[in-house]
Amino acid sequence: MSSIAALAQGLGITLKALFSKPVTIPYPDAPVALKPRFHGRHVLTRHPNGLEKCIGCSLCAAACPAYAIYVEAAENDPAHPVSAGERYASVYEINMLRCIFCGLCEEACPTGAVVMGYDFELADYRYSDFVYGKGDMLVDVQGSKPQRREAQYTGQDIKKGYALPYVRPELEGVQPPLLKKPRQVAPKPQADDEHSGH
Amino acid sequence: MKPLCCAEGRGLKAESYSLLSRPLLFALGSLPFLGLGMAQNASAPDNTTDPLWMVGIKAFLVVFGLLTAFAYMTLIERRLLARIQIRQGPNRVGPDGLLQPVADAIKSILKEDIVPKAADKVVFWLAPMISVTFALLTFGLIPFGPKHAFFGFDPWLINLDVGILYVFAVSEIAVYGIFLAGWASNSKYSLLGSLRSSAALISYELALGMSLLAPVVLVGSLNLQAIVEWQNTNGWLILYLLPAFALFVIAGMAEAARTPFDLPEAEQELVGGYNTEYSSIKWALFQMAEYIHLITASALIPTIFLGGWRMPGFLTAIPFIGGFFALPYLWMFAKIALFLFFFIWVRGTFFRLRYDQLMRFGWGRLLPMALGWFLIVAAVVAFKMPLAVLGWLSALALIVFSVYVVMGARSSQPARRVVRPGVGD
Repeated sequence: MSSIAALAQGLGITLKALFSKPVTIPYPDAPVALKPRFHGRHVLTRHPNGLEKCIGCSLCAAACPAYAIYVEAAENDPAHPVSAGERYASVYEINMLRCIFCGLCEEACPTGAVVMGYDFELADYRYSDFVYGKGDMLVDVQGSKPQRREAQYTGQDIKKGYALPYVRPELEGVQPPLLKKPRQVAPKPQADDEHSGH
Repeated sequence: MKPLCCAEGRGLKAESYSLLSRPLLFALGSLPFLGLGMAQNASAPDNTTDPLWMVGIKAFLVVFGLLTAFAYMTLIERRLLARIQIRQGPNRVGPDGLLQPVADAIKSILKEDIVPKAADKVVFWLAPMISVTFALLTFGLIPFGPKHAFFGFDPWLINLDVGILYVFAVSEIAVYGIFLAGWASNSKYSLLGSLRSSAALISYELALGMSLLAPVVLVGSLNLQAIVEWQNTNGWLILYLLPAFALFVIAGMAEAARTPFDLPEAEQELVGGYNTEYSSIKWALFQMAEYIHLITASALIPTIFLGGWRMPGFLTAIPFIGGFFALPYLWMFAKIALFLFFFIWVRGTFFRLRYDQLMRFGWGRLLPMALGWFLIVAAVVAFKMPLAVLGWLSALALIVFSVYVVMGARSSQPARRVVRPGVGD
């Protein structure tokens, strides 16, 4: 007859749950709390002096298991170099429909040029719109193609549906929205140093 | 009816004699579901009844109110269940999801209405109508306040001397809706669902009626207003008839096909129960009937056991609160809301009983307990013992039950650890 006590216990548990805060994140209204190593849309980073890190070596394309990356390299003009090396990527395209967001391109990159970013709202209508070129992935570009198109249409800022506790240092120059207050107690408040990366 | 007569013979209060003069004849002479029409003749003898146009307005209000309450009960229930499951629930339509019932209504009306080819068309159409009509018929009986409290008119629709009988007769006919739906669908799943649900409903109807015999015998009247009045003079019936109250709440849950007993629409095991073949607005009508049964049950329980529309007696002694919060509607709505919340809470907590468990619980536990308690009450009434005896018996039942539960919990706790070591949990 402990079953009746168990029934009462069950009622107590649900009553406690009734007055607890829902765990649901109302995503389009409130930002999703991403992990700092989330694999989102790729970012082509730059050196602090403004030169692109990518040297057009195609190692990322070789490492890509989904054959999603296409790179064409060209010689740098010594007077006005695009990248920090001898060559630069004149064409750098990633097909976001093929990409499996595994991050092997980032692992393969010798200069740390291609880094997995945070944008994940990539849904679009046309096949051609899923092929992201340099102009869609360089650090100064905000958001994904459909987001930018919508921002242009409405005249409003790109609304990013995520927030982060901190940004990992590989994503040089990327400034995503940060969480006001980290959910769990962070080991250190300024966790954006070297040891937080790899 | 034999014990009823004895109890009536005892005649608790002078006023109840006049109320008792007619109910037996009335119950025999009229089919209870004709009650709407008969209501005018059957009012309490000491006063006039409302004019017919006012009855019409009130009937409209009751139906309108019940349908609105049904619509928003679905929203409230979904929100509360969601919060119990630490979710948020529907909050997209309108401000904070408040227009969700409107969207649901539009959706269910505009959906394609499919009638199976082999179905019995007439009965197939008739079944949801029967269900919802006889669900709606009961609520007009509930008194919401003293006489002339509704703009000078009576805050109830019908005042029947056979009130409780009428409630049972009408709510029992709702089983026809379920059964006809299953039969007319010409589908084995529907038929199975309707068979087991009508069997379950009829089984629990016994315990339901038996548990209500106790208050009827004690009060000496089937009239709901007489019961409320009796509670005003003698105190709430829950104080005297706690076991009957508990049994009635449980059986009422089964009667409204709520979760521990919701075999009629056990969608995980039957395809959908008796309404498998139904879609669109006809399906919505069945849902409507179920929720209206629930609302009626949670209005009937406080009317019979918790003092009806009156505020708790001890509150009237407090000067400010007693004067200000004595509004009858307020207390009735508060009590209905309380029980609706309780039913949702139970639904969010418990799992469904298996069919054999359901039957064993209904016939093996509820019915004997209701019968036993009824015999005790009948004995107390027959031997003209004071009311306090019943109060003490109720308290004793509560104590025995609590001790039983606590002892059971204590004795089983170590056993669970010893018997199953390393089984992994």
